[in-house]
Amino acid sequence: MDAPVNAGIKVDIRNLSFYYGDTKALKDISLPLRDRQVTAFIGPSGCGKSTLLRVLNRIYELYPRQRAEGEVILDGENILSPGQDINLLRARVGMVFQKPTPFPMTIRDNIAFGIKLYERMPRSELEGRIEHALQRAALWNEVKDKLGESGLSLSGGQQQRLCIARTVATKPEIILLDEPCSALDPISTAKIEELIDELSADYTIVIVTHNMQQASRTSDYTAFMYLGELVEFGPTEKIFTTPENKRTEQYITGRFG
Amino acid sequence: MIVHSGLYRRRRAGNAMFLTLSVFAAIFGIVWLTAILGSLFYNGFSAISPKLFEEMTPPPGSDGGLLNAIFGSVVMSAIAVAIGTPVGLMAGTYLAEYGRHGWGSFFVRFINDILLSAPSIVIGLFIYEIVVVNTPTTHRVCQAILGSWCPIGHFSGIAGALALTVIVIPVVVRTTENMLLLVPNGLREAAAALGAPRSRVIRAVTWKAARAGIITGALLAIARISGETAPLLFTAFNNQFWSTDLNGPIANLPYVIFQFAMSPYEDWHHLAWAGALLITAAVLGLSIAARILERSNRS
Repeated sequence: MDAPVNAGIKVDIRNLSFYYGDTKALKDISLPLRDRQVTAFIGPSGCGKSTLLRVLNRIYELYPRQRAEGEVILDGENILSPGQDINLLRARVGMVFQKPTPFPMTIRDNIAFGIKLYERMPRSELEGRIEHALQRAALWNEVKDKLGESGLSLSGGQQQRLCIARTVATKPEIILLDEPCSALDPISTAKIEELIDELSADYTIVIVTHNMQQASRTSDYTAFMYLGELVEFGPTEKIFTTPENKRTEQYITGRFG
Repeated sequence: MIVHSGLYRRRRAGNAMFLTLSVFAAIFGIVWLTAILGSLFYNGFSAISPKLFEEMTPPPGSDGGLLNAIFGSVVMSAIAVAIGTPVGLMAGTYLAEYGRHGWGSFFVRFINDILLSAPSIVIGLFIYEIVVVNTPTTHRVCQAILGSWCPIGHFSGIAGALALTVIVIPVVVRTTENMLLLVPNGLREAAAALGAPRSRVIRAVTWKAARAGIITGALLAIARISGETAPLLFTAFNNQFWSTDLNGPIANLPYVIFQFAMSPYEDWHHLAWAGALLITAAVLGLSIAARILERSNRS
């Protein structure tokens, strides 16, 4: 994929450190996330890539004794500042998780849940939004005749696309994907990768992945992390062909991690 | 491999003995249970008749039924569940969702566990002390606020219902907390990640995911209180006659069973058996409903 260097910066992470209790899990991370580009975080287990992702919508705050230091500037505003409304932030920064998490309600209500949180609209418009979201997630044709059925009745891959549809439906600006394919079979994985490609036209996307082929296929920029530090960041093509750091090279060629 | 035959034989013997002991213990338990249920059905069925649901508890020697007692039990249980379930639900939600790690909820959880296993007669005494006993000051204040509705100073259905409420609450708190803890955190994260405030996550997602389990808890609470006698002895007391006045003594099945079974009259004994069978059948029905719900929750 080509990586236009002139894309604007959507999120600027500056000197970010993160703590689980007394354990420092992220050490002074700084990197930009470019507007409407796909950025991949790669690295061995425990390197902090998921932790970094979870700072971007402050979902870590659901748990006690987790805290972040530093700045994350989204469109000029530091989202880590105490004044930031956390629910509005999460409405702007959507997230899809490793395990599909359909809510225990109908497929229609799964999508409507997020929309109804911040918007009021007539029923017909809501139906339109639901259809549109399901189409964007390439799920519409499979579920259009059973919108009233439970979201739990879908297959794993369908459930994950339902979760993506649910996230897209609220019209966020950024979509965070935390190993979205690790629980899926190869065909579902291919569908979701295709989807990421399409969505990157409108959304700034960050994907955490264990799978290096996936990172190289889907992303424009790649950040390689190791033991809580950012080792190397750059255009994906460069990271995967001519990495500057020796460790990056060893990792992407499969010699450790 | 060379098997040491002595060791092997000893293990086989040990295993056979252990199995035998377990089987006997199981049979021992089941025998008594069947004996109890058997005599209950044997004596109870012959006493079941439409009159049970049509006539009041009779004086010795004359015909009658259990209508007033059935009514009192149903009404008091309904009130106890109507008050106890929402309180228990909210408290259990606090423990599982908001205060999972705080020392405050540690304290509440501890107290709740004690309450859960407190002898029900103690709970009856507690309500007796604060409601039934006539303390002039509280009585005056209560009368000033509630007028003739004031339940302080005498036996009443209200006092009985309150005692049952105190039993319902810890059961519902416990099951609600346990069922909510079974809901995977991923579901809460997913809802929060869409921008839903906490209360909305709880109401729309976690409660819904744990719904069958929470309803099961309420059903088990009803089953628990429907046979309780001790907390009603000195709160609701008893009433020979038909009464819908909750602010006065009211008849109830457990008390009637207690009174009739202890009496020397043959016809009262029959009614006591019938009442016992009614309660057992109700509890059995509730337990089966709870099991079915639990299963549907799991799938």
